[in-house]
Amino acid sequence: MSVPRYWRERKIKYRLIGGKCKTCNRSFYPPRKVCPYCSSREVEEILLPRKGKILSYTIINVPPKGFEKYSPYVIAIVELENGARVLAQLTDIDENEVKVGLDVEAVFRKYSEQSPVGIIEYGIKFRPVLKHGA
Amino acid sequence: MEKPVIIGVGYTRIGEHWEKSLRDLAVEAALMALDNAGVNRVDAIYVSNMMSGALQDQEHLGSLIATYLGLKGTPACKVEAACASGGMAIHQAFLAVSSGYYDTVLIVGVEKMTDKLTSEVTFALAMAEDREYVVSTGATFVGLNALLYRLYLTKFNVGQKSIAKFPVIAHENALNAPHAQLKRKISVEDVLSSPIIADPIRLLECAPIGDGAAALVISSPEVAKESPKDTYIEIAGSAAATDIMSLHERLDLLTLFASVKAAQKAYKMAKVKPSDVDVLEVHDAFSILAPIALEDLGFAKKGEGWKMIENMDVSLSGKLPTNTMGGLKARGHPVGATGIYQAVDAILQLKGEAGKNQVDNPTLALLQSTGGVGGTVVVNILKRG
Repeated sequence: MSVPRYWRERKIKYRLIGGKCKTCNRSFYPPRKVCPYCSSREVEEILLPRKGKILSYTIINVPPKGFEKYSPYVIAIVELENGARVLAQLTDIDENEVKVGLDVEAVFRKYSEQSPVGIIEYGIKFRPVLKHGA
Repeated sequence: MEKPVIIGVGYTRIGEHWEKSLRDLAVEAALMALDNAGVNRVDAIYVSNMMSGALQDQEHLGSLIATYLGLKGTPACKVEAACASGGMAIHQAFLAVSSGYYDTVLIVGVEKMTDKLTSEVTFALAMAEDREYVVSTGATFVGLNALLYRLYLTKFNVGQKSIAKFPVIAHENALNAPHAQLKRKISVEDVLSSPIIADPIRLLECAPIGDGAAALVISSPEVAKESPKDTYIEIAGSAAATDIMSLHERLDLLTLFASVKAAQKAYKMAKVKPSDVDVLEVHDAFSILAPIALEDLGFAKKGEGWKMIENMDVSLSGKLPTNTMGGLKARGHPVGATGIYQAVDAILQLKGEAGKNQVDNPTLALLQSTGGVGGTVVVNILKRG
C-alpha cells in the first residue's frame, strides 16, 4: 500500500484499536462510525484486549504478490476476550501446533517489506500465550 | 407485471485465450448474443467485470465495449461486485427493463485473467476483501475460504472426502460441455492428493484461472413478442443482498447471510419455493461453497448440505442437478463473466439444448452469484415461458 495510506492506519494497526457499540455492546475491529451489527452511531474507540482464542485458521502455501518470501504462514481468525474478532497472522508457532481453540496473545511484528527502498509494514500478529516458568 | 425476457445468448469457450484481448472476447460474445436476439441496437449496455483495472490497466469498459460494438451513443457502464459482477449485471438489467425506461439491454460479462502472473491474479482477486485490514495480513481469497472450510468440517463433523465429491461431479459434467475449460475426469483421490493451496483447500477444489466472455440480450415482454421465438426465458425473480464484508466480523461464519436474504426475496418475487427448482447453478469457486450454498438457498438444513453431495443428489441424474456444465470449477470462472455463464448454462437446459447433459424437461432454474466470501450475493430465477 502507498505510504500515506499505511501511515494513516498505523495507530489502529499498531495498538489494536477497535470500536465498541454503546447500544448493543458488541466490539469489532477495525473501528468505524456505525455499528455493523445494529447500525447504531453510538460507537466509541477502545483498546481491544490482547488475548483471545483461535476460531479458525489456514496455512497459506500460495501467497499473494509481496508475501512470496514469507510462505508458508498461518492466518487465523482470533476471538478476543471481549468477543471482537481480528484476522491476523500467527507467529512464534510451529504449523503443527496450531489448533482451533488455542489461547493466543497479540504481539507487534513485521508484516512485509514493500521493496528494498520502500517502507516496512508492521502490525499485530498472535502467538501462543506464554506460560509462566516455561 | 410481466417480467423481462432473455431473447439472446452468446458466449466464448473458457480457457487460455492467448491470442485474444479483453475487448476481443467481449465483442465476440456480444455479437453472438445480438445475432441470436435478432437485434442490431440496444438501449443500454452493462459490462460485468471485476479486474480490468488490476489486470489490464483498463477501466471505462462501458465506453470501450460500446465503441468496439459500433454502438456509439448507447449508454454503457461497468458493473462490479467482485465475483458476483455477472449476477449483479443481470439484476441491473432486470431493474432497467422492469422500470420501463429501457426496452432492450445488452449485458456482456468478461474477464481476461491470463494477461498477468498467478501471484498478480491472486492479489487482484483478494481485492474482493478489505485491503486495509484483511488483505494486508497476507490473507488470500483461497485462504479466507479455507477458514470457512475448516470451521465447517469441525463444527458439523464432516470428512473432507464428502466435500471433495463436488468437484468430481463438476468435472464429469464438463466433459460434455463444449465451452468448458477443464474437460478431464477426476476422482476423489485425485482431489485429496492434489497440492494444498491454503490448508485444507486443495488445488482440485479451486476454480481455475481462465479467460472468457458471455452475453445476454434482455428485453421487455412487449419487445420480445415482436420477434417470435419458440421458447421465452423469463427472469421470474432477481434479488441482491450484501453481508458484512469481512468474514471474521460475521456472528455466524457458516451462513452466508446475503445468500439467504437474496434467495428469500427472489423466491417471493418469482412465487416459487426451493422444491420447484429443476436445475441449480451455485457459485462453487471453492468446493466448500457448494454445501453452504445448498443450505443457504433452502435445499438443505444448516450443516447438512454435504449430504446432498455425498448422496449424489446434485449430479445430472440426482434430484437437484447442479452446475450441469461443470460450474465454476470445471466449466470455468472468468470472474466477471461467471454469473452470465451460469445463465447461459441454465438457458441451455431450459431450452432443451444441453446435449448429452440435458436433464428431463426443466422449467425453473436458480442462479447464485457470490462476490467475495459472500459480501454480495445475487440470486436470479429463470423460467421457461
